[in-house]
Amino acid sequence: MVTPPPLSAGLVAFVKRDCETCKLVDPVLGAIANSEPLTVYTQDDVSFPTSVAAVDDLALEMSWHHNIETVPTLIRVDANGVEEERIVGWSRDQWQAFTGNMELGITLPGFRPGCGSLSVDPSRADELNARMGGSGLVTRRVDFAELEDDFEAMYDRGWSDGLPLVPPTEARVLRMLDDTTRSASDIVANVAPDLIDVTVEKIAVNAVMAGCKPEYLPVVIAAVEAICTDEFNIHGLLATTMSVGPVFVVNGPIRKQLGMNSGINVFGQGNRANLTIGRAVQLIVRNVGGGRPGGVDRATQGSPAKIGLAFPEDEEGTPWISLAEERGMEPGVNAITALCLEGPRLIVDQLSRTPESLTNNIAECLMTTHSKRMVYGIDALLVLSPEHMSRYIDAGWDRARFRAELEERLMVNTDDIIRGTGGIDEGLPADFAGMQLPKFRPGGLHIAHAGGPAGLFSSVFAGWVSGEKGSVPVTKEITP
Amino acid sequence: MTTVLDPTNEATPTQIDPAMRPESLAGLTVGLLDISKPRGDIFLNRVEERLTALGSTVKRYKKPTFAKPAPVDLRHEIASQCDAVIEALAD
Repeated sequence: MVTPPPLSAGLVAFVKRDCETCKLVDPVLGAIANSEPLTVYTQDDVSFPTSVAAVDDLALEMSWHHNIETVPTLIRVDANGVEEERIVGWSRDQWQAFTGNMELGITLPGFRPGCGSLSVDPSRADELNARMGGSGLVTRRVDFAELEDDFEAMYDRGWSDGLPLVPPTEARVLRMLDDTTRSASDIVANVAPDLIDVTVEKIAVNAVMAGCKPEYLPVVIAAVEAICTDEFNIHGLLATTMSVGPVFVVNGPIRKQLGMNSGINVFGQGNRANLTIGRAVQLIVRNVGGGRPGGVDRATQGSPAKIGLAFPEDEEGTPWISLAEERGMEPGVNAITALCLEGPRLIVDQLSRTPESLTNNIAECLMTTHSKRMVYGIDALLVLSPEHMSRYIDAGWDRARFRAELEERLMVNTDDIIRGTGGIDEGLPADFAGMQLPKFRPGGLHIAHAGGPAGLFSSVFAGWVSGEKGSVPVTKEITP
Repeated sequence: MTTVLDPTNEATPTQIDPAMRPESLAGLTVGLLDISKPRGDIFLNRVEERLTALGSTVKRYKKPTFAKPAPVDLRHEIASQCDAVIEALAD
């Protein structure tokens, strides 16, 4: 902490023009100045007050250092510059006693409350705290030149994913850090491909740039923890030529607290939390981990989902247990699940009125993820829409029943997908003929519920090399 | 002037010079690293034939999965046993 600049001996006042009480005491200050040393600091106008010359504190440096919360504030300072006593607002009795001048302000009202000091104004406080207080942040500072446009400057330095970034000023980063109980210096994870330890502070910097609100930070931290595990293998899914990226599903009450959208256009535009949480994670992979398209990121075609995709499950719209609960979390716990996936693809069924018919159709669609000839090796996330979900709720199917019925229909006759069959060279080697194989490995089909209230459309996101040889979904609790 | 916090890892790039290229592979031990992609072995079998004909001693290695970096122990094993290494990167 910086040592506060000293106050002059005698009396010191802090005022601003934009305060009726300060205007009221203007002549009083002149009267005091006639009888003893008085220094007046003005916060908003150097020509105010009129009765005595003021010292410019428009930068609010003295106000901030001396903890001025109200104007007017009158402080008595001893010969050594040490504060002895202070009063705030206007009270004739108080001011008279304080100065020993019983004639002071006798024509004025007896009492008027003061106004808020500009140094504690909510719109100024973060910037002042950062500028004056010594933030404790250790991240390297980067100055942009006067003639640089801030937004262009960030593009020029290669920090952007292609979209504009919010400048990560010290004040914004400090505000972001307010919403975690973790220390800014805590190391959260080791980020591939450059294998760099990432701190809470560095995550906050990238979260600011992504457009996150401070309350999203714990979710971003949990997401970074999830992807930077050997199981999830962010290095592998970055380096692969397949067009997959980390997709996040959020469960628990925090979905509502952050105002996340699990309804209409859930995977699309329009919701800040849905869009910026995933983006913050991808910016961390880019800027901290060093994983950039064309560098270690070798995706042949990529996917818009790789800009950043997180969405909450609609837990209220179904009696089914949530994705996080199926993956072992307790009900009501805030959790984020990271899955390695492509973008969403529609499953259309507008005519099925029985759960059996709908399940048959969903299974047929799932059989074609990536290629009908690809079996067992690739996971998928099926997201049922509310209208499709209602078929199962009406029929009394729970998640376990649905899963069992679906998996029964997801057995592949390998004779149909041997290399060369159907005039297609792709497929399984001939020695796989005569088998029944599941389309997805055990536990490889993940199920969630989200979407708007109308529309007989669900979605599937197909994955990448699944299991220990590739990527395994990881669920982490979101802690404050 | 705007001052912002650097979002990158702030690491200073380290310049590492590539290993010296041998003038000839004759008499040297050459490692062949199969990354476990399908048919990588077909390519490496042919490379092994050619290297053996040149007078190299060939040692074969294999990553557990192409989807993850080679384990550090495997990298160390290759570095300590071979004069040069060829990695089959894809199928």
